[in-house]
Amino acid sequence: MGLDIAFWALAIIGVAAALTVVLQGNVFRAALALVLCFVAVAGIYITLSADFLAAAQILIYVGGISILIILGIMLTRDVQHGSPSNRLRIPAFLMAAVFLGVLVFTMTNTPWPVSSAPPVEPTTSALADKLLGAGGFILAVEIAATLLLAAILGAIVLVREK
Amino acid sequence: MPSVGLTHFLILSAVLFSIGLYGVLSKRNAVVIMMCLEIMLNAVNIAMVGFSRYITPTMLTGQVFAIFIIVVAAAETAVGLAIIIAIYRRHDTIESTRIDLMKW
Repeated sequence: MGLDIAFWALAIIGVAAALTVVLQGNVFRAALALVLCFVAVAGIYITLSADFLAAAQILIYVGGISILIILGIMLTRDVQHGSPSNRLRIPAFLMAAVFLGVLVFTMTNTPWPVSSAPPVEPTTSALADKLLGAGGFILAVEIAATLLLAAILGAIVLVREK
Repeated sequence: MPSVGLTHFLILSAVLFSIGLYGVLSKRNAVVIMMCLEIMLNAVNIAMVGFSRYITPTMLTGQVFAIFIIVVAAAETAVGLAIIIAIYRRHDTIESTRIDLMKW
């Protein structure tokens, strides 16, 4: 019962924040609504008993990516122009609505093989086993580290003054 | 009202993804487009973790995928904002309709 209340509250907050990001005319306020949306998604992870992911979401998205985006807004000084729509606003809306309809139709009509086993809690050590243990995702972890290094170097090269 | 299950999380994910899709397709400001992209990635993560929780609760593979999505999203945001700032320096605008040097 508590899970239900938490899910509905977080879902309503998250969807409202995402709508604010899309509909808000002020870019800076849209970025603040985006932070709220990230926090709501972290709460959704907690209702899904993914505690490590919730902490990572707070650290990376709320703490890192949102600061990066706000910095980007300030460096480009485009706040006064707002966030106008382009000419394709109505086709874009129709396409998103049709896409949502197709997704909801397939998701509600598929017989998911739901398992009744209790979830692993806490997930941190089990995730570490999966990522770094034998037969895990160690190669992908190494590649992700290389990707992050390449992204940092690429970002520095792109914004460096000539 | 039925108790919250996998379908609820999947529909929440679909709603967030569609909101992000509408924003990506309809906005002019490149930074706002990137913000909507982040919403879409978060929606995908919710679906991944939902499948992991309800279909394979003991395997956690979906959560591992979600971690990799977060890593790639962080790299994408860093490079994307760097590109946007470089474009702003050169053209004094980040309106996606006016960045049309390579448009046919």
